[in-house]
Amino acid sequence: MSMRNALLLVCLGAIGTGAALADDSPGLGQELTATELAAVDFTIMPDGDGLPAGAGNAVTGRDIYNQNCLACHGENGTGGVNDVLSGGHGSLAGPKPLKTVGSYWPYATTIFDYLRRAMPFQMPGSLSNDDIYAVTAYLLFVNDIIAEDAEIDAESLPQVKMPNRDNFVWGYTPE
Amino acid sequence: MAELDQTPVAGNGLLDRRIFLKAGVAGGAALLTAQAGGVEREAWMKMPGAPMSDNGVPSAHESHVKRLAVSSQPGTTGTGVSRTPLEFLDGLITPSRLHFERHHSGIPDINPDDHRLVIHGMVERPLSFSLEALARYPIKSRIQFLECSGNSGGLIAPEPLQQSCGVLHGLVAASEWGGVPLSVLLDEAGVKPGAKWIIADGADAAMMSRSVPLAKVMDDAIVALYQNGERLRPGNGYPMRLFLPGWEGNACVKWLRTIKVMDQPAMTKDETSKYSDLNEEGIARLFTFPMGVKSIITNPSHGFTMGPAGPYQVSGIAWSGSGKIRRVEVSADGGSSWADAALDEHVLSRCLTRFRSAWRWDGGPAVIMSRATDDAGNVQPTRSAVLEGRANGAFYHYNGIQAWAVSAVGEVTNVYA
Ligand code: HEC
Repeated sequence: MSMRNALLLVCLGAIGTGAALADDSPGLGQELTATELAAVDFTIMPDGDGLPAGAGNAVTGRDIYNQNCLACHGENGTGGVNDVLSGGHGSLAGPKPLKTVGSYWPYATTIFDYLRRAMPFQMPGSLSNDDIYAVTAYLLFVNDIIAEDAEIDAESLPQVKMPNRDNFVWGYTPE
Repeated sequence: MAELDQTPVAGNGLLDRRIFLKAGVAGGAALLTAQAGGVEREAWMKMPGAPMSDNGVPSAHESHVKRLAVSSQPGTTGTGVSRTPLEFLDGLITPSRLHFERHHSGIPDINPDDHRLVIHGMVERPLSFSLEALARYPIKSRIQFLECSGNSGGLIAPEPLQQSCGVLHGLVAASEWGGVPLSVLLDEAGVKPGAKWIIADGADAAMMSRSVPLAKVMDDAIVALYQNGERLRPGNGYPMRLFLPGWEGNACVKWLRTIKVMDQPAMTKDETSKYSDLNEEGIARLFTFPMGVKSIITNPSHGFTMGPAGPYQVSGIAWSGSGKIRRVEVSADGGSSWADAALDEHVLSRCLTRFRSAWRWDGGPAVIMSRATDDAGNVQPTRSAVLEGRANGAFYHYNGIQAWAVSAVGEVTNVYA
């Protein structure tokens, strides 16, 4: 145990706020400041919890999409070498289901969450929050879910009801 | 000299003269020299062998035993799979170098000194753990399988794909995973009332993220640091990964970076768009976590050629995400009749279990298959039972019975039976 950890444990114990540690736990976790936490927290919940400040619409989103995404996902998200992102509406119960962001995804917040984490594929993290809101708006627009000039931000995104939202069941039941 | 048949052909050890014709004069001379001393030495026994080395590698004669069907999505190198060559393996532990991979944006080159695991969300004290700190916690060993829920997805094809056992079913492997029970770390952070899920993020370029029920996490999840006794390989999450015994591989987030404790799932891309199961009515099931009871005959399997008619060993692997394998039955007549296979000594919960049957092949066409039952009573379903009610193209969570046809000339192929 490092001196710092040892001291930390002693201090915590002394003021009685230490975790109720199991006997076999060395208790080496370091406490974090709010700033340190914010830096690693990328999770966005379906109710919008975690969405950052910023906004965008499909008009600006189109330019950002064409520059950063079109090469792999095709014009208007209709598919290129990688996943099709638009269309497929009403196809899921048919002979050839086409699962896209618009036809399949249950939550609009997932679009922002995923793009901020992982896209564009070869340069994740390169888009600003405004850009990501705009591309999210663009993907919703090309899927006929919102109007082209609708502003998408932390308030409005969780309120977008995805067309396929009610067609999911859970294979796991929490106790 | 290895290929020479040295079986005596006449009394008193006289060998076939053709040995000299095949091996030429030099070979013949060597044979004679060896015999003159009253002992036989192969070429590699006549001088000291290679020295010690600081890293073990397989025999050069086994260089064909590699991961199979390594592929990535078009235009990318980092999101795809490589498969365990099941047809070349025996036993229950998968060598780490052959453990299948499924990455969503490549393998990050993580400096362990800079990597932290952060636990936050609905906890009393958000905490950060270095690798050095985690390695000081009591390590729990779990000898268990890991299976991608896309494994065997090729079996939904309308016509049987003529691919090897590993190509078809090689997104499964078993290892000894060693790590810190996540419950210990969560207890240290102090989980708040009302918490029901954790959201686990990886430190890869895709920041792969999955929601996992807290109940499972508190039950048996570990933050794995070791695989088969050594630190994790980069392709398996170095320096740390989540390991959830028996649950789908994608949820066992590699390069584990953050765990956020929440009251509901985050509905990430990989638990909604992907790894969900669509049925023919357009209803999709999320969160199918435990992998179903399953078995495959690995030997013989597609691509093998039988020798002459006679007795053969039929061997394979069986596993279940719900517990131990209780029974494996093998059929050689396409499922009309079944006989219990012998299980190898180590029958572990949520681990690959090796089974073996003795089979006297009469030299005619045959269809061989295996069917596993776990200790919860789940029986491996037929292919058509698995596909019943599924949407076209729904390939996740496939655990149907695998059939291999043996032709009259001894060729083994993939068939639907
Ligand atoms: C170099 C090619 C490339 C570029 C450029 C790219 N993507 Fe992707 N995208 C991919 C790949 C590959 C995947 C699948 C990743 C995986 O396997 O998890 C993907 C997945 C996605 C998905 C999930 C699809 C689904 O149905 O699950 C979305 C949404 C997406 N990309 C949006 C975008 C957007 C928006 C941009 C531009 C900001 C972008 N992509 C740029 C290659 C690319």
